[in-house]
Amino acid sequence: MTAETNRPLLRAEGVSKFYGRHVGCRDVSFELHPGEVLGIVGESGSGKTTLLNCLSAQLEPTAGHVLYDTRADGLTDVYRMSEAARRLLMRSDWGLVRQNPRDGLRMGVSAGANVGERLMAVGARHYGNIRSEATDWLSRVEIDADRVDDPPATFSGGMQQRVQLARNLVTRPRLVFMDEPTGGLDVSVQARLLDLLRGLVNDLGLSAVVVTHDLAVTRLLAHRLMVMKGGAVVETGLTDQVLDDPQHPYSQLLVSSILQP
Amino acid sequence: MTEPIISVRGLRKAFILHNQGGVVLRVLNGIDLDVAAGECLVLHGPSGAGKSTLLRTLYANYLPQAGEIRIRHDGGWVDMVTAPPHRVLDVRRRTLGWVSQFLRVVPRVAAIDVVAEPLRTLGVAPDAARDRAAGLLARLRIPERLWSLAPSTFSGGEQQRVNLAHSFVHPYPVLLLDEPTASLDAANRETVIGLIDEARARGAAVVGIFHDAEVRRRVGTRVLEMREPAGGEVAA
Repeated sequence: MTAETNRPLLRAEGVSKFYGRHVGCRDVSFELHPGEVLGIVGESGSGKTTLLNCLSAQLEPTAGHVLYDTRADGLTDVYRMSEAARRLLMRSDWGLVRQNPRDGLRMGVSAGANVGERLMAVGARHYGNIRSEATDWLSRVEIDADRVDDPPATFSGGMQQRVQLARNLVTRPRLVFMDEPTGGLDVSVQARLLDLLRGLVNDLGLSAVVVTHDLAVTRLLAHRLMVMKGGAVVETGLTDQVLDDPQHPYSQLLVSSILQP
Repeated sequence: MTEPIISVRGLRKAFILHNQGGVVLRVLNGIDLDVAAGECLVLHGPSGAGKSTLLRTLYANYLPQAGEIRIRHDGGWVDMVTAPPHRVLDVRRRTLGWVSQFLRVVPRVAAIDVVAEPLRTLGVAPDAARDRAAGLLARLRIPERLWSLAPSTFSGGEQQRVNLAHSFVHPYPVLLLDEPTASLDAANRETVIGLIDEARARGAAVVGIFHDAEVRRRVGTRVLEMREPAGGEVAA
């Protein structure tokens, strides 16, 4: 699938975020290559969402750098580029899937408009094209064509999450950030979303950073795993290696605490 | 011997159980081995001798404390112990196949797509991937009416055969087999022996654990005898 490249798509260098004396995340470094999915796991308060916000240009780190391989200029510090360049990046090359679809969607306008809006934000103007592309993406996330004109407020949680996915993928991003994408969904709905996500990641060659506290989700979705505790990364490795042969005492505790159905 | 495809030197693996009093289990204490094209190395020894641990370490599923695991990949060598993650994953995708008894899949995916997945990740077109998947499912006697269903509802034996089809669908140059014939009936066991023989005939290097003495005798070309390591100790 993805040709092997030595150039990372995203690179974090010593990323730290302090809130006064409180540590959000501390000295996180890694590289993400094209087509790779990185899972970030840890309990509540471990700093995983703070890190995700720093990586996705939403929260400037206190120290360290986040570099992204932009189409025009190669590896560029996302906090040093112009506001306009960063915004364009966030609405075209990047996607951001939030845990609560209400934070990522406009609940009062139609599902089709939610998806089409992102295309218009990158310059699409032809109404017919926008609508057909939006409808096409909604069908790829398994939203029936007869629901395209209904607002997400009338959808179930699982459907809303799929609309959010379509809204993010319509601009064909290269990198998608996801914060607990299956959190708050019923188990059967989670399975459907996971299956869909896996297929899309594979078919589109997407890279993704996925924050979750659900280790089963990472087993199915992530190639690599980073385990966080108290704001720091305590272990990193291939997903199956971290889950089957965890090295750090905290990772061992985390893995041994999973209920195996 | 011809140049090996797998070359292991000084491999050591211990488990440190931090949450169980820091017990250290030393399982592999300096393993050396080479496997060439067309060979099938059988790991043999009593339960607890570290056969599965060795196999999993070769796949980079377990992390060794010392040693190197070199695998021929793209005409060069990759050391699975020190290679960066995206490189290890590339070796697994294209060169190193893993065959186990247990199936772990997304609940909703049809059996035929589970089997086709390794080919899809290599960029094989959906129809071609499904055709090859169908061939293997038929060969492993999974009734066609089940192909479009998710294997989570299948019997244990059927799941195992779906998993075998998944593992043999791509002609990996290296195959690691963890009890591939366990609990299979005689006919399916013959099929799996045939698949292993064909893999060797096309030049694959195979390392495997086989419970069944007859299977061992028929597919193995060499045996690595493993003894039970010293018991657990508490870290100082």
